[in-house]
Amino acid sequence: MAAIFTPGLTVSERDIVLKDRRLPLEGEVLVEVGAHVGAADVVARTDLPGKIYPTNVANQLGVDPGRLKEFMLKDVGDTVERDELIAKTPGLFGLFVSEATAVTGGTIESISTVTGQVILQAHPIPVEVDAYIDGTVVEVIPGEGCLVQAPAALVQGIFGLGGEVRGDLHMVAMDRTSVLVESDITPDLKGLIIVGGAHIGLGALKRAVEVGVAGIVTGGFDYDDIKELLGYEVGVAITGGEDLGLTLVVTEGFGNIDMAPATFDLLRSKQGSRASINGATQIRAGVIRPEVIVTYDEDGPSEKYVPPEPEGIALGDTVRGIRAPYFGRIGKVGGLPVELTTMESETRVRILEVEFDDGTVVSMPRANVESIEQ
Amino acid sequence: MTIPTEIRSVLATDCGSTTTKAILIEKVGDGYRQTFRGEAPTTVEAPFEDVTRGVLNAAMEVQELSGRKLVEGEGIVTPANDEGSEGVDIYISTSSAGGGLQLVVGGVVRSMTAESAMRAALGAGAIVMDAFATNDSRKPHEQIERIRQLRPDMILLAGGIDGGTVKHVVALAEMVAAARPRTRLGGSFNLPVIFAGNREVRSEIERLLGDISDLEAVDNVRPVMEREDLGPARDKIHDLFMDHVMAQAPGYNKLMGWTDTPIMPTPAAVGLIMQTIAKRRNINVAGVDIGGATTDVFSVFDGRFNRTVSANLGMSYSVSNVLAEAGLDSILRWVPFDIDEKLLRNRIGNKMIRPTTIPQTLEELKIEQAIAREALRLAFVQHKEFAVELRGVQQERTIADAFRQTGAGATLVKMMKLDLIVGSGGVLSHAPRRVQSMRMMIDAFEPEGVTELAVDSIFMMPHLGVLSSVNEEAATQVFERDCIIYLGTCVAPIGDPGKLPPGGKPALDIKLERSDGTVVERILNTDRLFLVEATREEQVVATVTPLIRSLDLGEGPGKPLRRVLRGGVVGIAFDTRGRSIRVPTEPAARVPRVQDWVAAMDEYPREEGA
Repeated sequence: MAAIFTPGLTVSERDIVLKDRRLPLEGEVLVEVGAHVGAADVVARTDLPGKIYPTNVANQLGVDPGRLKEFMLKDVGDTVERDELIAKTPGLFGLFVSEATAVTGGTIESISTVTGQVILQAHPIPVEVDAYIDGTVVEVIPGEGCLVQAPAALVQGIFGLGGEVRGDLHMVAMDRTSVLVESDITPDLKGLIIVGGAHIGLGALKRAVEVGVAGIVTGGFDYDDIKELLGYEVGVAITGGEDLGLTLVVTEGFGNIDMAPATFDLLRSKQGSRASINGATQIRAGVIRPEVIVTYDEDGPSEKYVPPEPEGIALGDTVRGIRAPYFGRIGKVGGLPVELTTMESETRVRILEVEFDDGTVVSMPRANVESIEQ
Repeated sequence: MTIPTEIRSVLATDCGSTTTKAILIEKVGDGYRQTFRGEAPTTVEAPFEDVTRGVLNAAMEVQELSGRKLVEGEGIVTPANDEGSEGVDIYISTSSAGGGLQLVVGGVVRSMTAESAMRAALGAGAIVMDAFATNDSRKPHEQIERIRQLRPDMILLAGGIDGGTVKHVVALAEMVAAARPRTRLGGSFNLPVIFAGNREVRSEIERLLGDISDLEAVDNVRPVMEREDLGPARDKIHDLFMDHVMAQAPGYNKLMGWTDTPIMPTPAAVGLIMQTIAKRRNINVAGVDIGGATTDVFSVFDGRFNRTVSANLGMSYSVSNVLAEAGLDSILRWVPFDIDEKLLRNRIGNKMIRPTTIPQTLEELKIEQAIAREALRLAFVQHKEFAVELRGVQQERTIADAFRQTGAGATLVKMMKLDLIVGSGGVLSHAPRRVQSMRMMIDAFEPEGVTELAVDSIFMMPHLGVLSSVNEEAATQVFERDCIIYLGTCVAPIGDPGKLPPGGKPALDIKLERSDGTVVERILNTDRLFLVEATREEQVVATVTPLIRSLDLGEGPGKPLRRVLRGGVVGIAFDTRGRSIRVPTEPAARVPRVQDWVAAMDEYPREEGA
């Protein structure tokens, strides 16, 4: 077996990045194939239906649901404003009049003569989708959105929090083993995407939120701190919608882990460049990785780019250990024996042999490494 | 689809979220055996977006191993040739790819019709994403917002007994209509909605939902207050699973053309095989399938089948959720060494974000198995809370019982009456030592009295479940011969450990008369484990006498038990830790206690000192 197939994270100085920019609901696409777009340009827009408010108007009026329509002042499809009168009983000689008003501005969706419910739909909420990266529109999906493509430097992280933001990249860490502390976070970092090294503590992260840092890229982060930060535990790695005031991209994992040299060097080479980052993570089928993208100001391919199929890990490739006892360690593949090997845990697995920089050679289950794609 | 009267060979696949597993079953001599197995990554997602690619790859592996031609061009060779040397007589499959079958259910009263709908959905092998009711604690607009967000595969609406409430059922349908829910797959299709409520409201439901959904009406899941009728709703869910959900998933149309029976949701197939075991041996069975994301628990007590899905308890994708739900202390109580808590939390977080890794060191294995105990325990607790009176198929209870049931009735899962626990899923099926699986299940399920334990050897219960719908005899033979591995028997008296004499006092007088004429005698103290190696074939006549009056082996407090016990690949385990098992939280007290239990069962290599 010459190669093994294992998930890897892309760290590439030159890649073709293709971003799917779709509306949550059908709407209007504002761009055409071939258009050059800026990251902040709106490419599609729609109106999300407003919230639904059911109100039992028959109960409010004290009438039988079957007779509700006799007392309605508005019909299905009518637009109403908040607190506007929508139903009224005549009362007796002008006394004992009952009234019902709209709980929100919107449209009357339905009037039920069985339950007495009137369903109001609030005014629609406009939603716009921007291009997220500078690039070229290579495909339009009618009514849904488009694909924007650009040549770019790309760093995929392993876990993130928060959604899409943009800002200039700024190295705060001196080297890839640095630990960011509160005093490293200064007010002049406002609006920037800052890059750390092996770890960022909770104090520094909170400070970054205070000063208005747009995003943080770090090698490691403590799992415990997520709860402190969000107020709840992330039990399943599906993120992106968190509202924590900035976006966090973790490149290596939980704990104090040196950022991979290639990742750190690439980010350092982009100091001062405009970057688009997203913390959205989904570690399940349909995997989504957090990312840092720095587009190049040049034309990429005008056709939709189809990435080559991953080639797997072969002898001589660089891999990273992703589980104890070699978590975070980087080395080169020196052997891919076919036969099953018994580990210390007595688990029998296929292994690979990895040589670290210091010359030591160890065996690891093949499942416990990831390729560092470059 | 014609099933031959005499089946000589079967190819069965299970298309899981990440892996497609294929097994070959052949008639060898008088009986059926599982002969070869292959697996390949599931190919529902990009870049392939065609489930059949993974099926063919898995079948190719079986073909290479067996030498039997199974794949030709872009299809499975079926039926087999006359000699039976090429192809297979039938090809069958189960599927949980793409997250399985996901349902939203609704009913009038949460603890009545909504729960009946939930039971029907779970029994059909679905994951219930949410259950709505008119007495929901959420406000109607919050419920509508939630239905909008969920995007299920289908909705099952119950509500009202036949001839009962109209208004509340209509209100429920109005809520669904207002939400205008969309399907998870295939945006242009209308969402399937099954109405299984008050039959007198059908026309009103049709008026409200007919235009915006693919509405199907079936018999009421709760036609009268005292009885459930879950079959019609469950069958309809299976039909719609095939017609709507599967038909829209990439490649499934092609796959459905290949199989000789309808593709079955994986958990439904596992449920079927559990029921078959219980029926054939006339025993009470509990089964668990612990996966990376979810844990399924099944039970059959006195013929009543129940299934629950703990959607966020699992060993990889959901491992951090086990930590969140159980708490760190609960996990640590099973760890036979001291460990820095922050380090442990980070390790668990790292398993969540790199879910396919496996424990290389012994320490990692012990941590993983500690987490598994808690995932299994929590899933079983949830199951016991759900599997209560009137939660099985077509049971009856009186109105008085219904009123006595406050949220949850008496559980059907009576541990003292449980005969067999079957474990499945990577952490149980692939534990390096079988004794580790046995102890994980004993600690998590806390069996009482005399209980057999077994594991699924290589995860073939789904395949056998769907096979049992075609040929029960073949499925049962393969189950007994190749699928199930009997670990042995656990003998555990019940007794509150808080009331037992402290410091380890004599608890059980054990006398075992073995087939070879030898006798094992032992006085076992409280809070101990004791393992006697014995095979399943051996008849061990046991006389076990409680030495503390409050201890009960199922014969009554303090009364001796005399019966034949069967071993297995591990043996017969005696457990005097009481129920529920208590473990000290302080590391100084916890570590030696847990190490004692580990040593008693010879669970890990001894040089590790555990």
